[in-house]
Amino acid sequence: MTTDLDERVREIEDPELPHVTIGDLGIVRSVEVAGDTATVLLTPTYTGCPATDQIRDDVAAAVTEAGYEADVQLVMSPAWSTDWITQRGHERLRAAGITPPPPVDPTGATAVSMPAACPRCDSRQTRLISEFGATACKASYVCNACTEPFEAFKAL
Amino acid sequence: MDPLLIYTLRQGDRALVLAQRLLEAVTHAPEIEEDMALSNLALDLIGQARALYSYAGEVEGDGHDEDHFAYWRDQHEFLNPLLVEQPNGDFAQIVVRQFLHDAWAAPYWNVMQHSGDETLRALAGKAAKETAYHLRHSRSWVVRLGDGTDESHARAQTAVDGLWRYTGELSEIDDVEHALAADGVIPAAADTLHDTWRNSVGDTLTEATLDMPDDGIMHTGGRTGRHTESFSYLVGEMQVVARAHPGAVW
Repeated sequence: MTTDLDERVREIEDPELPHVTIGDLGIVRSVEVAGDTATVLLTPTYTGCPATDQIRDDVAAAVTEAGYEADVQLVMSPAWSTDWITQRGHERLRAAGITPPPPVDPTGATAVSMPAACPRCDSRQTRLISEFGATACKASYVCNACTEPFEAFKAL
Repeated sequence: MDPLLIYTLRQGDRALVLAQRLLEAVTHAPEIEEDMALSNLALDLIGQARALYSYAGEVEGDGHDEDHFAYWRDQHEFLNPLLVEQPNGDFAQIVVRQFLHDAWAAPYWNVMQHSGDETLRALAGKAAKETAYHLRHSRSWVVRLGDGTDESHARAQTAVDGLWRYTGELSEIDDVEHALAADGVIPAAADTLHDTWRNSVGDTLTEATLDMPDDGIMHTGGRTGRHTESFSYLVGEMQVVARAHPGAVW
């Protein structure tokens, strides 16, 4: 049952990234059941991410629906990293037209690795048009090869 | 007041007040991508402020939540440095203010990753990454404007000259910091912050072909609640809805 609940929580979709689950994003730290209570630890992607409250509510609802008292907690440390996004998460982001993040530079020197590959035609002849995007986790690009605009995950 | 409470509020107020200034600028940036950038910077800063205010509530122990600290304190109770409350001017002034702040905040959060306070240390891990990204952005604008046209250069230099007098306060150390340094909340490496800031700002200004002003008289007082004139308008606008409809939720 614990494993079922774990899977159920990880399969909740991210409110701002369609078709990507919170398990794919690597923000579910643990799901522990003790008696009637299920404790879920989540790591927010960004301190100000507006989706965090929605995700917390969605997780609490899923846990309650599974018959447990929900205890959902946010843990800041260790800080979330885009390296925690799963392989399946990468594939789903690409399928949704979002270039997945490159591995984080261990020196912390580069926050965005350029150039990002176009999620549609795979060309690396792309240009950054803004280091920011529609959500805190993405930057905005245009592909010079197929001329399509796209978003790419920032490595963080 | 508990030094840890004062200190946490100073950091939370720094983030919130700068975010409020940035939000005033959204829709006035030179291009839509930059409007998006300013709002993203503000979003991260509000996130940091929320975490700091929640912690301040815990430290204080009077049951105050983050909204209390943002909406129900009067202006003399805000403890942000004066730099972040300086009113928006042209775009050069907005990005120079951001850069002077980020060049301090990025190494600050790096240092705080070694804080003896578990909550501040955890937040620092997150905030350091966000702030490094902010610095990268604001720094690139300072270089672009400074080393740009005669007009952009002149405006950037005017902004640097006008804001410089508010930078001394960033690295000020008073009894609050001394007490927390003794407790290990503020790591010893914090002593190097001013030099780190100065070197980083100096390098960027050189690359931007801008002159670093002489230090001269530095204004101070924000961190003890003495603010500049425009601050009351900022606080008024930020709090008016919460105070007109106390306890409203949606």
